[in-house]
Amino acid sequence: MMNISRSLALISLFILPLLSFSFSVDNPTDRRVLVLLDDLSLKSSHSIFFNNLKSRGFDLDFKLAEDSKLALQRYGQYLYDGLIIFAPSTERLGGSLDSKSIADFVDSGRDLILSADTSASDLIRGIATECGVDFDEDSSAMVIDHSSFSVSDVDGDHTLVAADDLVKSDVILGKTKIEAPVLFRGVAHSLNPNNNLVLKVLSASPSAYSANPSSKLSSPPQLTGSAISLVSVMQARNNARVVISGSLQLFSDRLFRSGVQKAGSPNKYEKSGNQQFVTELSKWVFHERGHLKAGSLVHHRVGETDEPAIYRIKDDLEFSVEIFEWSGKSWEPYVADDVQVQFYMMSPYVLKTLSTDKKGLFHTSFKVPDVYGVFQFKVEYEKLGYTTLSLSKQIPVRPYRHNEYERFIPTAYPYYGACFTTMAGFFVFSFVYLYHK
Amino acid sequence: MAAPESQNLATPSALRNAFGSVLSVLILVLIGVLAFSIRLFSVIKYESVIHEFDPYFNYRVTQFLSKNGIYEFWNWFDDRTWYPLGRVIGGTVYPGLTLTAGTIWWVVNSLNIPLSVETVCVFTAPVFSAFASWATYLLTKEVKGSGAGLAAAALLAMVPSYISRSVAGSYDNEAVAIFALIFTFYLYIKTLNTGSLFYATLNALAYFYMVCSWGGYTFIINLIPMHVLMCIVTGRYSPRLYIAYAPFVVLGTLLAALVPVVGFNAVLTSEHFASFLVFIIIHVVALVYYIKGNLSPKMFKVAVTLVVSIGLVVCFIVVAVLVALVASSPTKGWSGRSLSLLDPTYASKYIPIIASVSEHQPPTWPSYFMDINVLAFLVPAGIVACFSPLSDASSFVILYIVMSVYFSGVMVRLMLVFAPAACIMSGIALSQAFDVFTGSIKYQLGGSSKSKDDAEDNTSTNNAPKDDASTGKTDKVEEIAKERSSKKGKKKEREPAEKPSIRSKIAKKKALVLPLEASIVALLLLIMLGAFYVIHCVWAAAEAYSAPSIVLTSQNRDGLHVFDDFRESYAWLSHNTDVDDKVASWWDYGYQTTAMANRTVIVDNNTWNNTHIATVGTAMSSPEKAAWEIFNSLDVKYVLVVFGGLIGYPSDDINKFLWMVRIGGGEFSHIKEADYLRDGQYRIDSEATPTMLNCLMYKLSYYRFVETDGKGYDRVRRTEIGKKNFKLTHFDEVFTSHHWMVRIYKLKPQKNRIRGRVKKLKSKTSSGSFTKTEKKNPWI
Repeated sequence: MMNISRSLALISLFILPLLSFSFSVDNPTDRRVLVLLDDLSLKSSHSIFFNNLKSRGFDLDFKLAEDSKLALQRYGQYLYDGLIIFAPSTERLGGSLDSKSIADFVDSGRDLILSADTSASDLIRGIATECGVDFDEDSSAMVIDHSSFSVSDVDGDHTLVAADDLVKSDVILGKTKIEAPVLFRGVAHSLNPNNNLVLKVLSASPSAYSANPSSKLSSPPQLTGSAISLVSVMQARNNARVVISGSLQLFSDRLFRSGVQKAGSPNKYEKSGNQQFVTELSKWVFHERGHLKAGSLVHHRVGETDEPAIYRIKDDLEFSVEIFEWSGKSWEPYVADDVQVQFYMMSPYVLKTLSTDKKGLFHTSFKVPDVYGVFQFKVEYEKLGYTTLSLSKQIPVRPYRHNEYERFIPTAYPYYGACFTTMAGFFVFSFVYLYHK
Repeated sequence: MAAPESQNLATPSALRNAFGSVLSVLILVLIGVLAFSIRLFSVIKYESVIHEFDPYFNYRVTQFLSKNGIYEFWNWFDDRTWYPLGRVIGGTVYPGLTLTAGTIWWVVNSLNIPLSVETVCVFTAPVFSAFASWATYLLTKEVKGSGAGLAAAALLAMVPSYISRSVAGSYDNEAVAIFALIFTFYLYIKTLNTGSLFYATLNALAYFYMVCSWGGYTFIINLIPMHVLMCIVTGRYSPRLYIAYAPFVVLGTLLAALVPVVGFNAVLTSEHFASFLVFIIIHVVALVYYIKGNLSPKMFKVAVTLVVSIGLVVCFIVVAVLVALVASSPTKGWSGRSLSLLDPTYASKYIPIIASVSEHQPPTWPSYFMDINVLAFLVPAGIVACFSPLSDASSFVILYIVMSVYFSGVMVRLMLVFAPAACIMSGIALSQAFDVFTGSIKYQLGGSSKSKDDAEDNTSTNNAPKDDASTGKTDKVEEIAKERSSKKGKKKEREPAEKPSIRSKIAKKKALVLPLEASIVALLLLIMLGAFYVIHCVWAAAEAYSAPSIVLTSQNRDGLHVFDDFRESYAWLSHNTDVDDKVASWWDYGYQTTAMANRTVIVDNNTWNNTHIATVGTAMSSPEKAAWEIFNSLDVKYVLVVFGGLIGYPSDDINKFLWMVRIGGGEFSHIKEADYLRDGQYRIDSEATPTMLNCLMYKLSYYRFVETDGKGYDRVRRTEIGKKNFKLTHFDEVFTSHHWMVRIYKLKPQKNRIRGRVKKLKSKTSSGSFTKTEKKNPWI
């Protein structure tokens, strides 16, 4: 399979991949990335971002979005592990690509960076909607913030927003804190609060709103305040990751390099936070960070090593599971104190936090509840930024066998006594009655 | 009969008796062959398969038993049914049938006859129906002599009601339970007639076998006390009655408590209380008789007042205790099935799950004619015959038929208990009638020869030989053990009274001799009646009751059509799904799915958990999304529905659907039956309510149905369906059998992504390329 995909890659790519791994469980980091641009000049204007990716070992395949030879897959095999769409104005994608095939691409567990911009096309909005992100319907609207704009915004319409409301997650944005505000110029989008798969990474300040800067506001803007998301991520149920940004400039060399001073703030930064923000985010989206892998669930009775086919009620058992985290190069033991196991039959009968030996092994022991039925060991681990772990293993629990009950119950000794004295009494009585004259 | 005849072979009449007994043995063998072979139509017309629903479970249990042995069977926790609750099979099943078939299989195999478990299971019922007819012979012989016994046995061998439950392949509890029932009654009567403690013990053992086999054992434990009470009230108390009853209750209850499924119910539920009450009463009565025998009449009067007053107090206390016990138990001590026996409307009012089973419905009048045919006319004659003269045994048979008529009127399933009683009564009636007619013919043809008449009297008149026999016996035994005179004592007392009565009867008979022509015509008519019965029975066995219901056939102009959809789809399930996948269906198909497809089911025909069944019923009556959530929470992978609309198979899920709604609504109040009915009518055409048209059952049944004929014409409901073109959002059709009888759907996996605001997007995008179809997700 690897050879086929490699030869296919040879045919279709003009950059020869040195070592092309398909996205796999063993090596979750993406390798081959297709970049769709609506203008090849973006290649140079966003060169820092692209070069950074290349230096991290990605094979970038730049194509025009309208290129008629575009194809994501051939003979049922995906040619790419990741997709970057920097083509906000494209109305139609070339080749066989459309929004459905991009949604399929995500549903196959592959990753996507999508950037819209002012006057984003319906196509881009459609892809975003597929991922649960709703851009402002007014196509000419931009995010305007009269209190936290960047002072370098010379136009005076305060559309260059200096945002510093970042999600607090080391997994998504790296351990180093992003000090400088992130410069953003583009459209706002909102998320459905009931959608637990999407997450605001960069939110607007409470004073922001979304409107057309060149026209007067006739009615209150629909999107206001921190309901506006500037950059969002989506992690699908199959752990495919998507970054959706409302601004293409966010990734540009110009904003990477420009200094920033937030209006009303004395702090002036030499460099905006954009580069760090985008780099860390791209590490997350391409699974260089926050990707967990769990080994199989192991359970057995205390004092035994083999996994039984069935437990008895009130058995003592030991349970363990191995969890590793992908560091970008290798699997490292995952260390956390909040992994829990459920012993589940329609509802969790046992819920225990697993303790770890810091080598990736999480274990605990507990007593099977006094209920028989078909149980499941369930590990449902959903932590912000990490891939979702959802493991379950079915195990039946049986009641006592007929000979596993206590033979003689202490409280019943009077009854045993009564029984035997009656028998003895009857015998004596019969004897006396029959042979006594 | 054999015993007395062998005693004195010398006399010519005894020789005739010996000949008669050889003949009756031969006839009994033939009756056994008849009972066995009339039940083989199903094997000849179809094939040697297990029938229907419950037999599949019994078959599966038997397989387990034969593979793992009795201890594993006793402790079997089955994790493939009632997911995720599981079921403790060993403790919730009546093991009699399974153990019987398992033993037969083991014996046959240790004799190096390589029969498969399935073959043994298929033929268990016919074999036991032969046993049952022999038991009927024994029982009726105890009541009215061997002539009636043979007639009753022959009738029972082919009574359609019994055939319906015991054709080859119908491997259900009733197959062995009817034999056990009749045999227990026989042993009771035998004990009553002989007063032998040996038979009393055997009686308790037979009762134990009955308890092992069928929940219908409560009929015995209530009928026998009732008879005892009747005997006491009518002044027929005798030590024989005591011996027949007291050991039976004590031993029987102890043995019944040994059966895991009964356990403490044998002393805790009110179905059994009648026997304990009568047990007390019979002791009080026995005490009274004892005291009466020891005291002078004057003293006795004093004692009576004393005993009566004490007895009243004791009775009052006991009744109070019983009432308290009954009142403290949640269902007032009665299980739902038993309550519906007492109040026929109880089940339909309160327990939809009991009412939903067709065999728990009251029967219709035609079903009596169908199931017992001419016996219905003979039964009254038999009852009359039982009253002349009334003995302990015949009073028992009368009580038996009265009770079983009532119960069969409540629940069609209990027709099965009624059938043996009807056969016994009809056998008595037939034999008496033949006696009268042949007797008069003989007399008219110059039968002045008295010896002939006497001999004839001896063989065919019912009481005479028995009396002769017991007298002979009595004379012999009397001297050895005067004290142990139970039956003998009674016989001795009665002898002077009865002998003359028989003499007078013979004299009366001679006086009541019918004219020759009338006798011959009546005989011919009786024979014709019998012939009609035989023809009807053979027809019923061949046509009405042989269908295995997993294979259906239909005859039309083109010839025979076979619908083997059930096995086709179970085979599909077993070959195309993972071994741990859960299949949800209405509970009727649970046993078959576990037995034939070997897949885990959510509910099955053992309807012990109402909530769980109601959950499935609710899912079936909910709209797709809610149903998907319910099924997903139960880890269901596949949903199986049975649909008869294409070929006109009437017992499909749409016809059962209202029960799902009722049972679901009984537990979850948001399901209301009225939402599924248009003006109180259940319909699926364009007039149907939106709730009905959107529920899962409708959608799964009629999905793509319009593609078959373009109109969507349902041949069962004889109408076009209401909603024809629709898509499924949460289920994928994965299998539809050849005649669309079984349709299997797979639950779609949860969506990989949650989409944004769909409506606004739709109004904006013209491309429309975003369909709602679920994308393939290789990770789930």
